[in-house]
Amino acid sequence: MKAGKRIALFFVPGLTLYAALFLYPTITGFYYSLTNWDGISPSYDFVGLSNYRELTEHIIFRKALVNNVKFMLFVVLVQTGLSLLLALRLARNTKRNVALRALYFVPTVLSSVSVALIWTFVFDPTQGLANGFLSGIGLGSWTQNWLGDTGLAIFSVAAVQAWAHIGQMVILFVAGLQAIPKELIEAARLDGAGALQIFRRVTWPLLAPAAALVVSYTTIQSFKAFDLIFTMTGGGPVYSTEILSTFIYNTAFSSYTFGLASAGSVFFLALIAVITYVQFRVIRADRVAY
Amino acid sequence: MLLRGLGVALVVAFALIIVVPLMIVLLASLKTTPQFIQDPLGWPESFSLANYTALFAKQPMLTYFGNSVFVTLFTVSGELLVAGMVAYGIIRTGRKTGGWMFGLFAAGLMVPSQVNMIPIYELVHRLGWSNSLAGLSLVTIAMLLPLSVFMLGGFMRTLPGELFEAGAIDGASEWRLLLRIALPLSAPYFAATACFLFVIVWNELLFPMLLLTGKDKLTLPLAMLQFRGEFVTDYPMLLTGVVVASIPIIAVFVLLQRFFISGAMAGSMKG
Repeated sequence: MKAGKRIALFFVPGLTLYAALFLYPTITGFYYSLTNWDGISPSYDFVGLSNYRELTEHIIFRKALVNNVKFMLFVVLVQTGLSLLLALRLARNTKRNVALRALYFVPTVLSSVSVALIWTFVFDPTQGLANGFLSGIGLGSWTQNWLGDTGLAIFSVAAVQAWAHIGQMVILFVAGLQAIPKELIEAARLDGAGALQIFRRVTWPLLAPAAALVVSYTTIQSFKAFDLIFTMTGGGPVYSTEILSTFIYNTAFSSYTFGLASAGSVFFLALIAVITYVQFRVIRADRVAY
Repeated sequence: MLLRGLGVALVVAFALIIVVPLMIVLLASLKTTPQFIQDPLGWPESFSLANYTALFAKQPMLTYFGNSVFVTLFTVSGELLVAGMVAYGIIRTGRKTGGWMFGLFAAGLMVPSQVNMIPIYELVHRLGWSNSLAGLSLVTIAMLLPLSVFMLGGFMRTLPGELFEAGAIDGASEWRLLLRIALPLSAPYFAATACFLFVIVWNELLFPMLLLTGKDKLTLPLAMLQFRGEFVTDYPMLLTGVVVASIPIIAVFVLLQRFFISGAMAGSMKG
């Protein structure tokens, strides 16, 4: 056997699995989006683009899109901002800093279902920690129905998403900070620059690739979020926490309109593809040489 | 000085935001229901393991645990084998074919699980694999191939190709080159990838929920969802379930911290 053929054999198991259980289903999804299949009946009709038309007029789909953007903006701002501030303080590899970074990382290894149940308890209006703490420090008037208020619920869940992932982003920022040559910061300090000035003129520009990575990763993560919302609110109250992924799930497995759900998933795929493309462009363009 | 003070305050405050909810959950699991109703958040007067014994008596916890262990071990080891072979193929085949293969798998990173879940649900039913832990594992291996090939292939590409050429000239077979050269050189990277995958598979919700139906087949995250239905207002029992399900992964994390953190870094480079 020729060398090329022997190497080709290494692709066989991977390609077989990938083609049968990943590529084929993804392509079938496109096909279902053109049908009116309900997921149960043995037969269905080809309906052209009517699912896509229905989708653009679907009130809950539009709401899910708006909610998803709100969720994403909140998570990106809070998660990126906090993890950057924490990383600046924890960048040096002292024993205490390493331990704190590991502590912040703990929620990342917990399952989202556990995180969701923990925070359902924290947000419980009568027995939970959030309201208990506010009452305890004399801010009883600030107590909220965190997950039951249609205006607030999406941000409560977004805060939990940030809580669970900040530790991971701190690690990325710390790696970015440690890659900055110490001499540059030392030189700026010798020239009499203050801490803020050093950050603005030296650290931040050199940290840009890490920041771009954190922002794009967080953006995609918050569009793909599913488990937390599914477990904490199921998309409610009155669809106020419905995002794209839960919309697709509910349309398929609660309303049994597989065709419409598939059209939603094709839209979802296109959206993630665009974001991923932008992400790769940004990360490549932002590579700094020093 | 002021900046420094604010920084320290933030670091401490965030540590509390992480620790306090976890602590409250642990304490709640150690209270009896009357104790909890009286004082849901405070330090318990006496510690009780009643919830733990009740949980293990009422629920087949060991079965759930065993299911999670089976799915995780089978999926992660299968994934490392299959994706490792693809990654090795990518660096050993020509630059062009390798690039195409890498691109073909990496393109899957753009596909969210909700996109192919409907056809997979349907396909698995047609194949008669519903409610099979092995079937779930195969589906999960396929789902994680883009990420794994991206992580392992991305690393193996940095290995110098001359090493393999020299080995091949000396008459070593491809398998021998993979096991004796590629694997030892990328061992820490395989470990980091394994940890990253372990967290994903152990915690996976969507596909187990779609593909497993029998109570005897539930994995831990599914079991917890079910507890939520059963112990609607019984927080101590529900949170005991959370503690029991979380202890194994926290223990593994504490032991293998280094690999978890490098795995999380490499995994974040993807979409």
